Amino acid sequence: MYRVVKRRQLASAPCIVLLEVEAPAVAAKVEPGQFVIVRMDEQSERIPLTVMDFDREKGTITIVIQDVGYSSAMINSMEEGSYFLDFVGPLGVPSEIENLGTVVCIGGGLGVAPVYPIARALKEAGNKLISVIGARSADILILEEEMAAISDELVIATDDGSKGIKGFVTNGLEQILAQGTKIDAIWAIGPVVMMRSVANFTRPLGIKTIVSMNPIMVDGTGMCGACRLTVGDETKFACVDGPEFDGHLVDFDLAMKRLSFYKDEEERAKISKDCDCGKGAQ
Amino acid sequence: MALKVPRHEMPCQDPKERAHNFNEVALGYASETAIEEAQRCLQCKNPKCVQGCPVNISIPEFIQKITEEDFEGAAAIIKQSSSLPAVCGRVCPQESQCEAKCILGIKGESVAIGRLERFVADYEISKGCKIPEVAPPSGKKVAIIGAGPAGLACAGDLAKAGHKVTIFEALHVAGGVLMYGIPEFRLPKDIVQNEICNLEPMGVEILVNQVVGKVTSVHELLQNGYDAVFIGTGAGLPNFLGIPGENLNGVYSANEFLTRTNLMKGYRFPEYKTPVKVGKKVAVFGAGNVAMDAARTALRLGAEEVSIVYRRSRAEMPARHEELEHAEEEGVKFQLLTNPVSIQGDEKGAVKSLTCLRYELGEPDASGRRSPVPIPGSEFDIEVDTVVVAIGQGPNPLVTQSTEGLELNKWGNIVVNEETLETSIPGVFAGGDIVTGAATVILAMGAGKKAAAGINAYLKNKG
Repeated sequence: MYRVVKRRQLASAPCIVLLEVEAPAVAAKVEPGQFVIVRMDEQSERIPLTVMDFDREKGTITIVIQDVGYSSAMINSMEEGSYFLDFVGPLGVPSEIENLGTVVCIGGGLGVAPVYPIARALKEAGNKLISVIGARSADILILEEEMAAISDELVIATDDGSKGIKGFVTNGLEQILAQGTKIDAIWAIGPVVMMRSVANFTRPLGIKTIVSMNPIMVDGTGMCGACRLTVGDETKFACVDGPEFDGHLVDFDLAMKRLSFYKDEEERAKISKDCDCGKGAQ
Repeated sequence: MALKVPRHEMPCQDPKERAHNFNEVALGYASETAIEEAQRCLQCKNPKCVQGCPVNISIPEFIQKITEEDFEGAAAIIKQSSSLPAVCGRVCPQESQCEAKCILGIKGESVAIGRLERFVADYEISKGCKIPEVAPPSGKKVAIIGAGPAGLACAGDLAKAGHKVTIFEALHVAGGVLMYGIPEFRLPKDIVQNEICNLEPMGVEILVNQVVGKVTSVHELLQNGYDAVFIGTGAGLPNFLGIPGENLNGVYSANEFLTRTNLMKGYRFPEYKTPVKVGKKVAVFGAGNVAMDAARTALRLGAEEVSIVYRRSRAEMPARHEELEHAEEEGVKFQLLTNPVSIQGDEKGAVKSLTCLRYELGEPDASGRRSPVPIPGSEFDIEVDTVVVAIGQGPNPLVTQSTEGLELNKWGNIVVNEETLETSIPGVFAGGDIVTGAATVILAMGAGKKAAAGINAYLKNKG
């Protein structure tokens, strides 16, 4: 059993919650870019969550979950002191962290959480770190302070212009390039449609762009292929070959179609339970 | 005289009814039937059946006990050789193992050894299992990677020898393929867990959610106080055909389809939260046990038409006879001498049809099997909305690739000393599907037992 030691609400509509969970064995080994698979209780499904932070001394892993359906709503309502039945990891291949020069880390929506440990590691490896974080609007922009604390430069973009640039993260990228900055590599994590836009934007410019894919997973250990993607001309299992891939080679359209396969079932599983937002500790 | 008595049929759920539920199909013998069937055994002085059993159960001895109505005594004899008799009685391909060697089978029907083993094991479970005796603590620690049949059998024998055994399992429950692969209607999960539970009082510790290769490694286990390691990680890497359209929505590996249904209990969605989706027309590629399990599962999930698509003929199908018959009775169709060449999808990326080629059997190959040859120009389409690929599994590379110095063959299976099952790393042993490629439950258990003997000898020499 894996105890929730801290809960912090990051946004309310949609509900986004940060949970710090006791999992010493995972915390001892995890590296930026890896993920865990969690199962809340006996009836729950196994769902993959990218690690946002880890503390080897305390033996904890921090995850950030947005309410998108039944399972995430249930996890988001977990209080401090409650337990996950299963918490498996670290899974996937860690990010390749090295000193590349100037790197841009892009996080869209919930994607800011998984890009955070990678950005921090890249900074610690001696890179100049420019971060671009985006959200639909300012009230659901997450982890701004954390990203600001590790970045040499932080660009914010919101769809409605309520904070930073009005527009998408790609507009943020345009702004950086307009200043004449030479970018050596980009990490982009967020909704598939965002990662596709970034990859499409950087492909003609020849800037190395790494994306972290979030397909449907079951076991997370390479035994089923639920998470398979087409990368270049090859089939890859995101759980063991990724989740990071060269954004210029990923078939994003296929990935989006595969993500929508269980839409009807996801609706059926949903409960008519409102998110606990506003009630939880801020 | 005994020859004249036919083999006793096992009562089964009605095919029409069972095709729509996940309850066990075969219902097992009643005591009277078991005794009558046991009386058919000729009690050979030199029993061939024992040689046919990969773990060499003393078959005539336990059958003799049944005729004496000493069912507990029968169970004790089986338990000397096998720690999972309720499982093996159900899933072993007896027709190619113990029962294939039965002398009665030459002119008539062999003794139903599997059904009798199952009867005895179920009887023992209903009375509460006896825990086997354990030797005094040896002070030695052994780590087992993988809680499938090989690892469980190895653990049982090592615990009996007095070693402290810890099993590291990647999934959230022990059992391996017995839990995620073989469906409830063939092997009830309560029975599997019951047999696994017997290991705990013997001192075996099972740690779940432990992905060796990620959370720890073989070399770390050796450094952290384990005197020996057994790798029983199985063949859990699904093969795909590599044909166009294989990544469309509605194309499952059998592993995914069965894991969702069995391990995650997707058949009870939405009570259990893991969805599993089948359409009206399902095609299953392959003809082994996994393919039969997938096809019959698809029927139970509500598919209207399920077809096995197989490039050879019926005679070459590797599935267990009983399952093949059960599948047929339940209405699974067979597209034989047929092989898919591509899968077509609609604008949403969902499967809508298959293009296949007709095959014929050509000359026998090196192994004596007639190889299938495509007939040019025989392309035809089948309308389907779900495809399950059950054409075999390879070795899962998570452990092997993270273990420096471990010798593998060209298929990625671990190379071992055939006598001791020791690998190229001293103190590290391996067995089951990770060594042989996908085989049977009982062969994996046999390998687990053999490795336990190898480990015992190694630990003795180590002092």
